[in-house]
Amino acid sequence: MTVAMGLLRRLKLAVALAAGLALAACASNPNPAAVGAAGAAAPGSQQDFVVNVGDRVFFESDSSELTAQSRGTLDKQVQWLQTYNRYAFTIEGHADERGTREYNIALGARRAQAVRDYLASRGIDANRMRTISYGKERPVAVCDDISCWSQNRRAVTVLNASS
Amino acid sequence: MRENDLLVPRPLITRRRLLALGAGAGALGLGWPRSALAAVRVEITSGDVQPMPIAIPDFVGGTPGDTEAARSVTQIIAGDLKRSGLFAPIDPAAYIEKIVNTDAVPRFEDWRAINAQALLTGRLTRQPDGRLKGEFRLWDVFAGQQLTGQQYFTTPDMWRRVAHIIADGVYERLTGEKGYFDTRIVFVDETGPKERRIKRLAIMDQDGANVGYITRGDDLVLTPRFSTSDQVITYMSYGQGDPKVYLYNTKTRQRDVVGNFPGMSFSPRFSPNGDMVIMSLQQGGNSNLFAMDLRSRATTRLTDTAAIDTAPCYSPDGGRICFESDRGGRPQIYVMGRDGGPAQRVSFGEGSYSTPVWSPRGDAIAFTKQYQGQFAIGIMGIDGRNERILTSGFHNEGPTWAPNGRVLMFFRDNAGAGGPSLYTIDLTGRNEQKVPTPSFASDPAWSPLLS
Repeated sequence: MTVAMGLLRRLKLAVALAAGLALAACASNPNPAAVGAAGAAAPGSQQDFVVNVGDRVFFESDSSELTAQSRGTLDKQVQWLQTYNRYAFTIEGHADERGTREYNIALGARRAQAVRDYLASRGIDANRMRTISYGKERPVAVCDDISCWSQNRRAVTVLNASS
Repeated sequence: MRENDLLVPRPLITRRRLLALGAGAGALGLGWPRSALAAVRVEITSGDVQPMPIAIPDFVGGTPGDTEAARSVTQIIAGDLKRSGLFAPIDPAAYIEKIVNTDAVPRFEDWRAINAQALLTGRLTRQPDGRLKGEFRLWDVFAGQQLTGQQYFTTPDMWRRVAHIIADGVYERLTGEKGYFDTRIVFVDETGPKERRIKRLAIMDQDGANVGYITRGDDLVLTPRFSTSDQVITYMSYGQGDPKVYLYNTKTRQRDVVGNFPGMSFSPRFSPNGDMVIMSLQQGGNSNLFAMDLRSRATTRLTDTAAIDTAPCYSPDGGRICFESDRGGRPQIYVMGRDGGPAQRVSFGEGSYSTPVWSPRGDAIAFTKQYQGQFAIGIMGIDGRNERILTSGFHNEGPTWAPNGRVLMFFRDNAGAGGPSLYTIDLTGRNEQKVPTPSFASDPAWSPLLS
């Protein structure tokens, strides 16, 4: 793993943790992504995308419907991706562990597709996007209750490192 | 690649019937007390089963050097029979007669005195040509006669299989049903933290012995399934590009991708005769079912829905397919013809149903059921009637049938356990056993009988 990828992973974790804390502490917090030191990321960098835009959206249980909050995040992604159009990216669809293996693979694909369709509808070139589903194989939050499951039901826009 | 390339014969185990000894010799009819036979003949819907007391004294070593191996074979046989829940091996400390000559008639009164209903005697002998000879005789203690006897010749590395084959012989003679001990399990070995789990394809004997690894853990692998033997496996693997369904030959170590489809392919399973692979293909947000002929490579679309259709499984005669679909909202089990066409929903209970697997007997479908936050393993008739939950808890998933249709294996992940383990449960739901594995384990699939 490169240093950049490692950094990216830690940043993602920080965002996920921050989001989780915000959910747990105060549902009315208007902007959980603002928690943490955001200023360090250079504009147009992968860190900038992860920290200042938000690389992921979350889903309700067994749903691939984009919530209003998700569409808000994706609108910011569209704006950023149009500004920095050198990036190609992969949309990773994920499910929580409260489903069976095969179904969750398909559910993750459906979630990734929902994000892809939305980004395309806002003018992002389909050639820049690919999708993949990890089903329930790659949780970011590991515990046996809803506080983790809700973070794992996600679609993550991952900028290609080589872009 | 032709299918023939995938099939390499296993080393042969030759078998011969042993002549019956003693009073009533040759009369292989029902020497068994009626009540005992009735107790062992388990029906799917039966309640409590009284395990049959059986004496299994250490097999005799044909030469002094064979004694240790003979004892190990005895322990494997006793372990198989005990785990089935249908037999209660008697503590050897209670045995009165010491079996030294397996060609002599035992002193039945000594075995009646300790309430053994059946007695298994045997011998293991290394032959001058290096092969191993295993022999057994199964005795009806109360009738005082031999029920069956066999001898087997094989290579020494197959010694555990000889034990399993003998256990299958005992099981079949005393229950009237085929056994399931000379079989293997392919599964996914899991190591490392949950968010970066390393998954390897692994294969082992049904009792957890002889674990071998097929993949190294570089790529994420899921849902391995056996073909008509334990030598060919289909599974899903991640790697470069889209995750795909693969075939793997455990003997030649040849790996082939199944078809060249755009998007992801997953959830594969062989047809009963091994010439087709049925699977899901992802198309946008939908997943539909396709079958591929492994010889012609022709692919047939079986479903065309704006839904998730997955986890397909053929009926044992190959004529029908059960699968799960959320076309009606939540995942439920459906049945359709082998070529697709209209599908009938068969699961109507509360909750959602997934991972249907058709019983080798043809009369039942096992499934994973989610209801009120619990994951259960159950069975139902192929029309969805007579649903019975065998086990339920935080997370149970992915049943696979023993080839005789009497036992299911599945994986269970208890809350806080950190990872899944394999379990077996019989159709009464009363005999649940943990299957030993080196690490966490999931996605088990049971092979057919090897002999």
